[in-house]
Amino acid sequence: MSNITSVDISRLKNGEVNLGTSIMAVQFDGGVVIGADSRTTTGSYIANRVTDKLTHIHDRIYCCRSGSAADTQAVADVVHQHAQVYTSVYGSAPPVATAAALFEKMCYDNKDQLSAGIIVAGWDKEAGGSVYNIPLGGGMFQQPWAIGGSGSTYVYGYCDATYREGWNEEETVQFVKNTLALAMSRDGSSGGCIRMCVITKDKVERHFVPGNELPRFWEGKEVVGGNTSGQRVAVAA
Amino acid sequence: MWKQRSPGQSSFNDYNTFPLPQTQRVQPSYAHGPTFHTQQPLVTGTSVLGIKFDKGVMIAADNLASYGSLARFRDIQRLHPLGQHTLIGVAGDMSDYQWLQKELDALLREEDALALTDSHPSLSPKNIYQLLSNLFYARRSKMNPVWNAVLVGGWDKVKAESFLAYVDLLGTTYTAPTLATGFGAHLAQPLLREAYEAKAGIDGTGPLLTQEEAEKVLEDCMKVLFYRDARSINKFQIATITAEGSTISDSKSADTYWAFAEGLRGYGAQTQ
Amino acid sequence: MTSIGTGYDLSVSTYSPDGRLFQVEYATKAVEAAGVAVGLRCKDGIILGVERLLHSKLLVKGANRRIASLDEHIGMAGAGLLADGKHVARRGREEAASFRENYNSPVTVQILSDRISAYLQAYTCYGSVRPFGLSTILGGVDKTGPKLFCIEPSGVYYGYRAVAVGKGKALAKTELEKIVNKEVEGQTSLTVREAVSEIARIIYLVHDDNKDKDFELEMTWVCEESGNKHAPVPADLLAEAEAKAKAALEEGMEED
Repeated sequence: MSNITSVDISRLKNGEVNLGTSIMAVQFDGGVVIGADSRTTTGSYIANRVTDKLTHIHDRIYCCRSGSAADTQAVADVVHQHAQVYTSVYGSAPPVATAAALFEKMCYDNKDQLSAGIIVAGWDKEAGGSVYNIPLGGGMFQQPWAIGGSGSTYVYGYCDATYREGWNEEETVQFVKNTLALAMSRDGSSGGCIRMCVITKDKVERHFVPGNELPRFWEGKEVVGGNTSGQRVAVAA
Repeated sequence: MWKQRSPGQSSFNDYNTFPLPQTQRVQPSYAHGPTFHTQQPLVTGTSVLGIKFDKGVMIAADNLASYGSLARFRDIQRLHPLGQHTLIGVAGDMSDYQWLQKELDALLREEDALALTDSHPSLSPKNIYQLLSNLFYARRSKMNPVWNAVLVGGWDKVKAESFLAYVDLLGTTYTAPTLATGFGAHLAQPLLREAYEAKAGIDGTGPLLTQEEAEKVLEDCMKVLFYRDARSINKFQIATITAEGSTISDSKSADTYWAFAEGLRGYGAQTQ
Repeated sequence: MTSIGTGYDLSVSTYSPDGRLFQVEYATKAVEAAGVAVGLRCKDGIILGVERLLHSKLLVKGANRRIASLDEHIGMAGAGLLADGKHVARRGREEAASFRENYNSPVTVQILSDRISAYLQAYTCYGSVRPFGLSTILGGVDKTGPKLFCIEPSGVYYGYRAVAVGKGKALAKTELEKIVNKEVEGQTSLTVREAVSEIARIIYLVHDDNKDKDFELEMTWVCEESGNKHAPVPADLLAEAEAKAKAALEEGMEED
């Protein structure tokens, strides 16, 4: 099929920089907490270990991107532009639902061309904090909490078991931090450090957890019965 | 067991899902060659059931939107009212379903707005069904199907009778007093027919089920689907459409039975 | 008006030496010939009323309505050329639908007024077209509360507490001012339900029996009772208000 004169799009796509990712957003009374890991890969090479995947859309609206870096940046840029135009034309910040609708429209209409899984979250005066999940096909789902990216599949159970309604800001930040740390420890395509944003009426506050200070959980004793000598045994021979 | 192609081999998977490891990207399209649209469903809903009863029609669907085998969104509604006397239940791709909702809502909003100045009858269930089948067939003919299977239920005010019909991504249409999409067509449809024909007879001339009986058989069918459809959950809603209009129940669960399994041992001669 | 015969009133693309666009002014004359249309913004919703003049006994009762719906929550009452009203209503519906499609939320009355205003204004810029012979009252309840606007043929628009356009608008405005003043002074503020009979009274008062033979009263509202949707005022409420209005009018005549 492929020859010199034609471009094989699927091979081009395969070589693309991908955000094999762990991303998350959780709403709480008065705002949202969003978070992401910082790893960007091309295949199994880490192209960037300190990426910022928390993308500014408007004063109080951010998105977390997963999928193709190029696709999601292009979409986020367009929605950012729409949001600015909206503000100057209508004289007020767009609601989160509107920003999410703009994302949804782009992702749905161009579903054949894009690989983009995006979580939109933020604060607005009508709804307070809200979270919208826009997965691969371009559907839109409003949720109290959303997780996404390759790492998320490892932590659905943790989130289901842990999440409670009515948390305050601090508890929500803790939940995001723990969830992402767990996802990053199991997903090879996620890692590095944790970046978080707390978006409320008054401000957008950044939180940073360096890669050497991540919350740690059970990491395994590979030998049944325990290896108390402190000597690591890779394979019980 | 009946012969069935494995999901990976069929060009589409009975409107349900491809397990994620088997998802294939769209084939490459070349600069001057044909354009390929035919996507694949990603976030999907499973079976929808429908049955006529003596005062109208009922439609049931569970609350799950799957992502491959991941039960990703467990609190979504797949029943959507269109005006007072029509309601659709939708299986298949949920982003296409949301698109469909927006299109139809916009159409009905315009109809409502026009009704104030130009008095004309509101769209009947049959009108909406015809519109859907034209739409689905047109889109599949452009090689860009709307990846859904839809049951349209309604009450025809003029004829004073219930309405139930099916349309899917291929533009296939049919109508019957009991209907089911996807897995439900295999597992639930025989049960629905059995219950229906027990009273109405094979020619449908006898009395129809009562509302309570219809609801009971739907709940039984949703239970069977929960037992045997790996893309279902035990949380569903039932919509009822009568001359008085349509209502959608709160989410509910079927009582399931597992106690018989406690004494089972091994897979053959094992006894303990 | 000194425009006749000067040649400055032939095209909307030509100003008169003193900076007027006579074609636009003529368009407002078309509005003044139409039956009155009033809008009132209350604390709990908005209400629109129209005096629909009947030029023939052969017309079907209740037909040819002048109040249109532009979206679920926004109504429009037009005064002027009926066909222009239909066209603008259609355009308004398209704008409202496009806003929903783009932003997944209902358009506000202010934004819709702005868009219709821009559309009307374009028809005051080209020699090949004529301005719309139409004043448009837009009323609705959106996320910012009950809102009322009026757009003139020139495209200029303002927000109002109460507004009247068409034949006898001056008298209607005086009556509306009385209502609004009471609210401004904090004495009372009408609910839409109470306003129904007030609007009916004003329209019956403004109606000129000598010049125009017959009319039908058309009234719609957007309020909690209508589920914040634009809908006709319930028939029984309207009939009651009309009866009250007629009685008040006769009473007034006896006093005179």
